Amino acid sequence: MIQITQKENQSRWVSLGIPIVAAVLSLLLAAIPLAFTGASIPDAYVQMINGVFGSLFNFTEMLTRATPLIFTGLAAAIAFRAKLWNIGAEGQLYLGAMAAVWVGTGMVDGPPILMIPLVLAAGAIAGGLGMLGPALLKTRFGADEVVTSLLLNFIILIFLQMMLEGPLKDPMGLGWPQSEPIIDNAILPQLITRMRLHAGFILALGTAVVAYVILAMTVWGFKVRAVGENAAAARHAGIAVNKTYLAVAMASGALAGIAGVSEVAGLKGYLTADLSPGFGYTGIVVAMLAGLSPLGVIAASLFVASVFVGADSMSRAIGVSSFIADLIVSMSLICVLLGGFFARFNLRWDRNKGGGS
Amino acid sequence: MTKRFGSVVASDVIDLDLQHGEVLALLGENGAGKTTLMNMLFGQYTPDAGTVHVWDDAGNETILPAGQPQAAIDARIGMVHQHFTLAENLSVLDNILLGAEPLFSLVRHRRDAREKLTRLMDDSGLIAPLDTRVGDLTVGERQRVEILKALYRDVRILVLDEPTAVLTPQEADTMFASMRAMVDRGLSVIFISHKLHEVQAFSDRIAVLRHGRKTGEMVTKDANTGSIIRMMVGEDLKVPPRVAGVPKKPILELQDIHTSGAGGGQGLSRLNLTVRGGEIVGIAGVSGNGQSAFAGLVSGLVQPQSGAMSVSGKAMPKPNPKAMLDAGVGRIPEDRHHDGIVSAMSVAENLVIERLDAPDVQTRGFLRKTQIAAHAQDLTQKYDVRGPGIEARSALLSGGNIQKLILARVLETNPDLILANQPTRGLDFKAASEVSRRLFEARDRGAGVILISEDLDEVLSLADRILVMHDGHLQETDSRDRTVIGLMMAGGRVT
Repeated sequence: MIQITQKENQSRWVSLGIPIVAAVLSLLLAAIPLAFTGASIPDAYVQMINGVFGSLFNFTEMLTRATPLIFTGLAAAIAFRAKLWNIGAEGQLYLGAMAAVWVGTGMVDGPPILMIPLVLAAGAIAGGLGMLGPALLKTRFGADEVVTSLLLNFIILIFLQMMLEGPLKDPMGLGWPQSEPIIDNAILPQLITRMRLHAGFILALGTAVVAYVILAMTVWGFKVRAVGENAAAARHAGIAVNKTYLAVAMASGALAGIAGVSEVAGLKGYLTADLSPGFGYTGIVVAMLAGLSPLGVIAASLFVASVFVGADSMSRAIGVSSFIADLIVSMSLICVLLGGFFARFNLRWDRNKGGGS
Repeated sequence: MTKRFGSVVASDVIDLDLQHGEVLALLGENGAGKTTLMNMLFGQYTPDAGTVHVWDDAGNETILPAGQPQAAIDARIGMVHQHFTLAENLSVLDNILLGAEPLFSLVRHRRDAREKLTRLMDDSGLIAPLDTRVGDLTVGERQRVEILKALYRDVRILVLDEPTAVLTPQEADTMFASMRAMVDRGLSVIFISHKLHEVQAFSDRIAVLRHGRKTGEMVTKDANTGSIIRMMVGEDLKVPPRVAGVPKKPILELQDIHTSGAGGGQGLSRLNLTVRGGEIVGIAGVSGNGQSAFAGLVSGLVQPQSGAMSVSGKAMPKPNPKAMLDAGVGRIPEDRHHDGIVSAMSVAENLVIERLDAPDVQTRGFLRKTQIAAHAQDLTQKYDVRGPGIEARSALLSGGNIQKLILARVLETNPDLILANQPTRGLDFKAASEVSRRLFEARDRGAGVILISEDLDEVLSLADRILVMHDGHLQETDSRDRTVIGLMMAGGRVT
């Protein structure tokens, strides 16, 4: 029988090193499916690296791709720290994008200094309310937020399609189910001319730092951590556990909502039902890779975005399916989870204690 | 049989024998070593010394290999646990067969099983509807299923761990009659109970454990209630002289409180209590009689359904933990790992978790890390909390040091009222006496202390006043006689 015992103390270097080793390992493991396609493996890796670091444009494309992942990764990380399982970031992202389009397509107008905070706030509130529902169901009735927040995604997606065919539909859109474009004053500015990288990236970095500071250095962050680690002891110690869940839900949903605003007002300019290729779900992977650390989310987002952008470029160059990117990201997650397990527990093969119950 | 856990000797050279066709009652307070002994019998624990010998029907002796549950099963030893181990979504038949069938067998011999069970039910009189889901059964029926499950495995030795804890008296009587029928057919039973009248009615012989030792053994028909209680609580131990407290003004007042039970347990009914400053009020009783609800009430976790509670003259109609803390109530929870600390957070963080609003802990919502660290440094020294340091996860502390951490957190705020729920459970002598000393200190400072304990010795040595909790009621007693208090714990009314 294998005996599993928890290690006394986990070194800081081990917990930092695991995700990095896992990332490298998953990239190396990608050689196996690549070999099956018959492609030249060194060539494939060169194309992947080129796709990310080959030119300034490629690099900024990677950063552009990382931007929504940082927001959704933070949304998942903060919620998961409180053991509030928000699986609905995808839906909250669309709620945020819809709110941005609703106020940002001519309903009000003003200088960018007012309009940009306005669309961001609108998206944050919409996303936050999107998670508040499942959190209320959890605190009031004990409904499992994994189920409610996940299923809400599909409801929101159908609602979005209804809105894009109805009130939000662009009359000039030649019948396509898309919204009117965001007005210029509400567009997040470009960071570098002729590159798609926009101010949302800077905002994402800043948000991650703020999230780190809040979790590590404030009373509120203390409460979130205490509730997540031991809700019973937190309640006994006088922390309002349900209130904390609701506040975390608002914060998490708001971050996912801002991801939607950033995409629609920073990149696309108008809203369609394919705004997000699953950024909400990938955010969960990012958060797990990051060990739920807000600063780690930045690194994990850059890694995941690199894999996606690099694999895209590789598939264009040598004709391998870009699904290889999903494979690498999945393998890296498995590597991190396994690595985290081995870092936390000692495994011992025990011959004498067989047949234990 | 001997078993040590660290410095605690849970079972100290205990000899026990069980005859063919006999009911042996095993008595003792919580923590006396009954469970440890049974776990060694079943191979769940490996004893530090001692062996289990079993004789089969032909009289051949085998020594069970230590630490192997399968050996106990092969020797046909069975146990009915106090808490049911049934799968509610399966039928009675499936529950009984669960684990008795090979895992990878393609065919199930349900007809044979049914026949065997029908025979067993006829023999024992324990009737259970085989095709009903266990979730739809009454508690009494579930108990019968548990026993049938053991009998189906042809046990020769059956351990019943507080089998009547959840039964009505009528159900209990039926169960005892059935068990007696099986004993007459050669079954041997070890019967663990707190209820003396059951022990006297059902058992042939009584063995008493106390603090990990067997303190007595007698034939049931020669025993009387008084002699059993004396063996259980012991008269050999002298209570050290204690200085009485000086009661001051009332701090906690409870009037006619009713609550539902916490987590389906025993609630409180018509509970009245006044705790004054400068006194330790000891609440004795067998666990499960409403102590959890009472502790929850004073901690602010359980809402009274009716009645009035006030702390230092301030009414608390809807208590919550924060309000109770603010009213000056310090709480030492029963389950220190589950409710007392957040084990993944540091010692320093756990020391301030109850007063996050305090100005030395935060300014404008930001934690004052330097102050918190200094505070932790100070308290760990003052209360002798030993561990790998104030920034280490509190999970790394030993049980005694965790309790000292909680004591430091509670006592440092100079609370007017202290609720100490099983404060020395699982602690070794040194750590336990440290807790007692701190509680006396707090009392002499003028705090009111409520001590909930199953350990009568502890209550007698600490408490200025003693109340006994039974069935959600509190009954005060002037007596310091163990027999009298023991009878009250068992539900008797002695004047």
